[in-house]
Amino acid sequence: MGFFLEVLIGGLLVGVLYSLVALGFVLIFKASGVFNFAQGAMVLLAALCLVRLIEWLPKWLPALQNPALVVFLAAVLSCALMVLVAMAIERFVLRPLVNQEGIILFMATLGVTYFIEGAGQSVFGSNVYTLNVGIPKDPVFLFEGLFEGGVLVNEFDIWAAVAAGLMVVVLALFFQYTRTGRALRAVADDHQAAQSVGIPLNRIWVIVWTVAGLVALVAGAVWGSKLSVQFSISLLALKALPVLILGGFTSVPGAIIGGLIIGAGEKLSEVFIGPFVGGGIEIWFAYGLALVFLLFRPQGLFGEKIIERV
Amino acid sequence: MNAPAKRIGDVLLKVENISLSFGAVKAINDVSFEINEHEILAIIGPNGAGKSSMLNCINGFYHPQEGTVTYKGIKRHDVDPHDAAARGIARTFQNIALFKGMTTLDNIMTGRNLKMTRGLFWQALWAGPAVAEEMAHRRKVEDIIDFLEIQSVRKVPVGRLPYGLQKRVELGRALAAEPTLLLLDEPMAGMNLEEKQDMCRFILDVNDEFGTTICLIEHDMGVVMDISDRVVVLDYGRKIADGTPDAVRKDQTVIDAYLGVQH
Repeated sequence: MGFFLEVLIGGLLVGVLYSLVALGFVLIFKASGVFNFAQGAMVLLAALCLVRLIEWLPKWLPALQNPALVVFLAAVLSCALMVLVAMAIERFVLRPLVNQEGIILFMATLGVTYFIEGAGQSVFGSNVYTLNVGIPKDPVFLFEGLFEGGVLVNEFDIWAAVAAGLMVVVLALFFQYTRTGRALRAVADDHQAAQSVGIPLNRIWVIVWTVAGLVALVAGAVWGSKLSVQFSISLLALKALPVLILGGFTSVPGAIIGGLIIGAGEKLSEVFIGPFVGGGIEIWFAYGLALVFLLFRPQGLFGEKIIERV
Repeated sequence: MNAPAKRIGDVLLKVENISLSFGAVKAINDVSFEINEHEILAIIGPNGAGKSSMLNCINGFYHPQEGTVTYKGIKRHDVDPHDAAARGIARTFQNIALFKGMTTLDNIMTGRNLKMTRGLFWQALWAGPAVAEEMAHRRKVEDIIDFLEIQSVRKVPVGRLPYGLQKRVELGRALAAEPTLLLLDEPMAGMNLEEKQDMCRFILDVNDEFGTTICLIEHDMGVVMDISDRVVVLDYGRKIADGTPDAVRKDQTVIDAYLGVQH
């Protein structure tokens, strides 16, 4: 039982990270109906910026040696970069393409992906960097009273989960109950109608890409701390896809639950089914599950139901 | 009732010599007319006459190549639709343009978007002033829902509603903005008789109770003749008549445009 829990919790914690990446996709999809392929690249960019600034800031400003302050300042500057990126994307990519088909905008985000990856690496370098944001990574034992030996988890993962959980709650409430949240959903449904009730598209897009950028920063910081910052982070986008299909492209809670299910499912299947069918289930489990969902429930667990009137 | 006897006032919006073309196709050709305060103006004409294009010019979706639109005494230059909305022009669409995944309530709440002023900061905190504001506007929206008699579908995603009700919700969303000028693009298209009567009643009530100026496009001549104060007739992008329903009904050019001329 202790071992099962350990695998489950390990899986759920990885799932939280998937959720974080998927969240960025959901935000932009909800608000503009665009599947933003560049989300993975944004995670990479944010993480690169953060890790390099933490390294550079003490060199540029010799007076600045307090590590916590350096991390804080680097995070603030990275936020600023993500805001700039959001504004640039709105100005140069989205605005010229208003009212175009979703697929055209998707193609545009493909271009944005390569641009961000290239530009990010030429500015911040393309090596593997170790990111340390000052959160302890010590293993801790939980439930020692309940099981012999307790359950082993990494303290860092718990912090990451708490941060992700908090962010999700705030975003979900924001989308559901505020004027801007409603405006975001309105824009996603119908550009023209949204404009006709006085919602300025450009501002909404900047807001939503900024929020997606900040989510990317959190995701980048967490992934970077776990696996160090490197190019492969941008491939996270592919891992977020099955999460989206599971949770539904338009649901913030869906992104979270989907991430958790896939994180836990892939670890559990690897450990408990793997030995019988040969290992490696972890790699394709998510995609297999996504396929089943596509066949039987294409809108995902929490997505808005697809209603066709004939 | 403080409604002055036949309430029509000064010119609210003036369209002067507007021409709009898409490539080689002239959608509107040198059209001028006025919309007076508090009146119900109908724009009629055969299909493809440029009626919807005209509404789109008024609310800023299209920018005519020639001519001017003067609104509340100010000449406008290429306004954006959300600017037009901010200045009190609300509209509905020919093919319903609701936010399909959202509930009736949320759809109408988007109409209040411009009336709500609390910044992103307070909204994000979901604190103090933003909450109070949300509640106040929610009450207004409930009034509109009562007015349009759609209480029973408040929480239903509008994508699931029948066509007639969707049209009503769309009207509700436009009303939520408390517009000065309300543009209705075929508000009764595809409705049965009873639904049409309801819609007529709502339009007349809006005009009567709130003094809203209404400019509508409609194909049902019975409805047009009944509810409008004035009728503008377009044909092939040109204005061929402008006057009271009775005058327009007897106008020979209009009869020719609708029935065809015998050669």
